[in-house]
Amino acid sequence: MTVAPEAPGARQATGRPRTTLPGLSRAAVPGGERRRALTRLRATDLYAVVGAAASALSLTWLLFAWLLPFNGAVGFVVLAYGLFLLIYALLVSFDEDGPAVVDRIAAAVVRSMGVLLVVILAFVVVYALVEGRKALTHLNFFTQDMHLAGPLEPLSVGGAMHAAIGTLIMITIALLITVPAGLICAVFLTEVPGGYARFVRTIVEAMTALPSIVAGLFIYATVILGLGLGQSGLAAGLALSVMMLPIIIRAADVVIRLVPGTLREASYAMGTSRWRTVWHVVLPTCRSGLTTAVILGTARGIGETSPVLLTSGYTNDLNLNPLHDPMVSLPLVTFEFVKSPEPNMISRGFGTAALLMTLVLLLFVAARIIGGRGPGQLTRRQEHRRVLASQRDARRFAGRPAASAATPPSSPSPNALTDNGSSS
Amino acid sequence: MPPPLRNPQPQPVTALAAGPDDDTPRRLYADPGLPDRIFRVVLRSGGTFVLAVMLLVGGFLLYRAWLALDKAGWSFLTTAQWAPDQGNFGIAAVLVGTVLIAIVAVLVAVPLATGAALYISEYAPARLRRTLISTVDLMAAVPSVVYGLWGVFFLQDKVLPVARWISTYFGWIPVFDVRGADPADPLAPESLYTSSTFIAGLVVGMMIAPIVCSIMREVFSQAPAGEREGAYALGATRWGMIRSVVLPFGRGGMIGGTMLGLGRALGETIAIFMIISVTFDIQWHVLQSGTSSIASLIALHYGEASEFGMSALMAAGFALFLMTLIVNFAASSIVARSRSGATSDA
Repeated sequence: MTVAPEAPGARQATGRPRTTLPGLSRAAVPGGERRRALTRLRATDLYAVVGAAASALSLTWLLFAWLLPFNGAVGFVVLAYGLFLLIYALLVSFDEDGPAVVDRIAAAVVRSMGVLLVVILAFVVVYALVEGRKALTHLNFFTQDMHLAGPLEPLSVGGAMHAAIGTLIMITIALLITVPAGLICAVFLTEVPGGYARFVRTIVEAMTALPSIVAGLFIYATVILGLGLGQSGLAAGLALSVMMLPIIIRAADVVIRLVPGTLREASYAMGTSRWRTVWHVVLPTCRSGLTTAVILGTARGIGETSPVLLTSGYTNDLNLNPLHDPMVSLPLVTFEFVKSPEPNMISRGFGTAALLMTLVLLLFVAARIIGGRGPGQLTRRQEHRRVLASQRDARRFAGRPAASAATPPSSPSPNALTDNGSSS
Repeated sequence: MPPPLRNPQPQPVTALAAGPDDDTPRRLYADPGLPDRIFRVVLRSGGTFVLAVMLLVGGFLLYRAWLALDKAGWSFLTTAQWAPDQGNFGIAAVLVGTVLIAIVAVLVAVPLATGAALYISEYAPARLRRTLISTVDLMAAVPSVVYGLWGVFFLQDKVLPVARWISTYFGWIPVFDVRGADPADPLAPESLYTSSTFIAGLVVGMMIAPIVCSIMREVFSQAPAGEREGAYALGATRWGMIRSVVLPFGRGGMIGGTMLGLGRALGETIAIFMIISVTFDIQWHVLQSGTSSIASLIALHYGEASEFGMSALMAAGFALFLMTLIVNFAASSIVARSRSGATSDA
């Protein structure tokens, strides 16, 4: 059936019912229909922003240089920003109504807040890295400790190797304690639900509020004053553990709870025991998330100063034994170095801060690369491996002797189960 | 495997007829098997271990603090001095300092974090969004000593003129007053304004802004698309949509995120300790040099503390812990009760 929109009278002519559409009003618009511009950014908007910025800057300069007794960079920026908002509102109000003006101003404020936060944060990091360059360019900074270097020595003597190694030893001790305990506790919270698990979860949540200095104070009072261990790397590692444990449990708990319940139920439905379900289904599914939780906890622990300040003591020498004698960490030497009035010591402090920042950045990038996926999402390589394992299982079943011929060759194996579940 | 019964009906019927009293419900009990039982025991003992550690920390703090609290009584809350060996000690000064620094920090961080969270979830182009989220999350992991360095060596000099300007023109508000400052003297010493509550609060604010921002962004991005589109369909501008849909939806998350940030700010040690110069007077003037906080009190005095002094420090630490605990629990219950908090994990 054809449609003749331009001939509404056709119905009378033929006498048969026809579908008619309202005619296109192309002829109504002189010069044909114009396409609507769907782009969000119009040229006038851009002119308004640029014009407001330019006039605000010039006006502020005029005020500061000629008219008012003001000075200072902060005042200049604040005044210029306020003037910019005013002039921008004025410009927009020439061709928009009230709500649109408010919308533009709000957009400008929100955008500048976002940019301001990111710029400040980036600046904090870059500042430490740039100020640390003087110390970092000396190779001995990475290979020597401070026992030969007094505060007045040039940067070509002494370094922060003792602190870097101390950090590694302390965080290793902390991880040896927190990773098994934290992961077991997180699995307990989700896999053995009940009143007891709820109680433990509440206490763990309460402990995330524990200020890190109080964790240090606890270890100082029990291990150092009570048991007489002395200020050492082990005590610092224990203090870091007390601080990191709730953080890691919390993060791991969230990740394990994200594992789809259907996967668990499928596993139980096949008669799998609870422990095999956890080991073969739940933990592999959230492996990347758990790794991220541990890495982010490590990043928090590495940067903590206050528990280490109370428990590790301070030394200028390299100490590889965590059981005896003081041992320092990177944040602690940063803190101690910059207390000195000597510019070289301050440079060293910035150097250790830059080293620490680099370490945290690396850990964070690792966490992003590993943990960028949700639970059960596989990389291409993992998917390939799963498919191969599944095919192996299929061949194994097919090759079974006729005794179990009742079992169809394509019977699903536990591996095939995770395949199906995770790809859905 | 025995073949299934062809006709199982007659047997239960006769059994019923024989004795209706025997028809008790079957106990449904699946034997988990030995490995499973061991597994459960391991999990349970892991949970118990963590619980024991946590309760030990809390209990030990309270136990040791009791000695000092018992002796000081209520004067623990009202005394400003810290001389535990003379029996004259209290947290009035450090408590005021801690709370003021945290308030300044929250006042700085919350507008910044709200704006940034709105920008990331509503305004930023999709390609930029992931990078911005990563950046903000990374900043939440930057060690506090790095923020402290930045505050001492960079921010302090830049902020001094601002502090001076505020105290000159708003000094009639008691909080902004600076004792000993003379607005008429252009060469007045700037050391009156260094190491103040204001500067420490600014740095701590920068430190908690990413945490607050990432919680708010999480909540804002969960605002239901249907309601957003409904607002647009009614002719709302983007800001109108945000005001009528996103902000009301995310209110619980905003309050909760702010309080979590407040908890972090209360417990922060090293950045504050690097910036302030510790005094033990109640310091209401936020721009005046010299203040104190509970955490820096502990960091300053733990080394030379006697047995009783340690107990007094424990009492201070316990007070701090109690404060952050209340703030954190309030935050998580607000987040959980709000409409948006059902799925977020703040």
